[in-house]
Amino acid sequence: MITKVDVEHIGWLASIKIEDDEKDKLVEQFNSILEYFHQLDEVDTEGVEPTYRVVELANIFREDVACPSLSQEEALRNAPRRENGYFKSPRIV
Amino acid sequence: MLMELKEQLLSGSAEEYLNKLFLKIEKSPLNGFTSLARESALQQAREFDKNPGQGRLAGVPIAIKECISTKGIETNCSSNILRGYIPPYDAHVIEQLKAEGAIIMGKTNMDEFAMGSSTETSCFGPTRNPWDYDCVPGGSSGGSAAVVAGGEAPCALGSDTGGSVRCPASFCGIVGLKPTYGLVSRYGLVAYANSLEQIGPLTRTVEDTALLMEVIAGHDERDTTSAEGKKRYLPIREGVSGLKIGIPREYFGEGVSKEVEKAVWDAINTLESLGAAWQEVSLPHTKHALAAYYVIAMSEASSNLARFDGLRYGLRFGEDKDWHTTFSDIRARGFGPEAKRRILLGTYALSAGYYGRYYLKALKVRTLIKEDFLRAFKDVDLLAGPTMPIPAFKIGERINDPLSLYLADVFTVPINLAGVPAISVPCGFAGHLPVGLQLIGKHFDEATILQAAHTFEKATPFHEKTPAVI
Repeated sequence: MITKVDVEHIGWLASIKIEDDEKDKLVEQFNSILEYFHQLDEVDTEGVEPTYRVVELANIFREDVACPSLSQEEALRNAPRRENGYFKSPRIV
Repeated sequence: MLMELKEQLLSGSAEEYLNKLFLKIEKSPLNGFTSLARESALQQAREFDKNPGQGRLAGVPIAIKECISTKGIETNCSSNILRGYIPPYDAHVIEQLKAEGAIIMGKTNMDEFAMGSSTETSCFGPTRNPWDYDCVPGGSSGGSAAVVAGGEAPCALGSDTGGSVRCPASFCGIVGLKPTYGLVSRYGLVAYANSLEQIGPLTRTVEDTALLMEVIAGHDERDTTSAEGKKRYLPIREGVSGLKIGIPREYFGEGVSKEVEKAVWDAINTLESLGAAWQEVSLPHTKHALAAYYVIAMSEASSNLARFDGLRYGLRFGEDKDWHTTFSDIRARGFGPEAKRRILLGTYALSAGYYGRYYLKALKVRTLIKEDFLRAFKDVDLLAGPTMPIPAFKIGERINDPLSLYLADVFTVPINLAGVPAISVPCGFAGHLPVGLQLIGKHFDEATILQAAHTFEKATPFHEKTPAVI
């Protein structure tokens, strides 16, 4: 069973702030969805390999040649905050 | 239909045709378009009128789902967190469309980040079903399907992660194809669950879908899962004589509306009368596909959507605080409830201690589901069943109960897990609402399902029926 404390922790891991008034509803919804997921436990997967990709491909290599790419101006155009040609982030420490 | 439209445009005027569509969209009750590229589209139409050129889609307007990048045209996945984002480049499919002379007319509404089956989770509000304004158009490519069914665009592109092209095609009474994984480049498609999704056409006829596939499919080195080679689909092979159709026993019975079941069986009988043979087959892991799908899709979503932090694009507000607080506030305000739910559950499924129980287990079940299909395809050429277990439901009916909404995807998600192609084609009505027949093919054998769908369409009147709104 997921609890309110779990929901807060998951919100922290996912970097999504969860308001107090959302928590009870999320606890209820998560538990009902997870209970549905638990039917996977019924399936015998002993010795079954996981499928990460349906079309199996080997590593794809290319020559290390520089190609045209976005200009600095184009790359920055959508940034809500920028400074001296950089993306401006909040303080990290 | 596109073939006739091309001739009409050549003898008439693309500008005039486009203006008529724009006029209709302005007065539309559907809320299918989120933005129109009026100026660039009309400019292109005028150029076509002067010099039509040789493109296979020359002068043909097309509507594009909000999650497919269009250079210079806002692409926001119907999410507040991406409002205002204008891509500096085109998706591969858009490059291909432009190279063939197609006119990008605007962007269409969708469930936020393609997470939904009803187009109700969009930040722009729900799109309406042209057959009944009180009903959903299906999702997540609901805008693309509604504008094609409602006569506001001759064709559209959507994307299909767990049924998002086929579900709205079925609910809106048009044709929608989910190609084999790897056939169409995902370069420029905003990722939701990248191991499952493909871009696909939504059109009024099977032939139009084949034409769009010839344009958008093909190798692209910028998508590392892109398959080699270019395929041809036109002209579509006529007739179904000698084709063996498998009917998955798990796709009928409990949970399937009686009217849907009847329309689909009528369709199978029609295909039989046209010369195909059918036999029952079993896809024994169907029951567990939904749970596996949602675990995988949510896990991939939690990773893919980690990039939305207001740094390089999208929503940013207030004074910057520390890194974590700033991003947590942005993401709390920018994502809607369903996107949050999926990111949070995906984060949980991937977190320490739960990875094996949920994510890894789901990937193993995925293997069994894929093997179900491969086994069935040893005996038959294609599979047939309902696209959706029910016809379109009322707006607001299921949105507050996420699980009930997920359950509607029961016959579409196994196809994405297995990576095989599937097409939804109109096969009748449940009351006044359309029903879709789903034809499922072998990996990279789009030709056979197009053949069966086309032959069925030629023998039946359903694709000619249009909603009152037209």
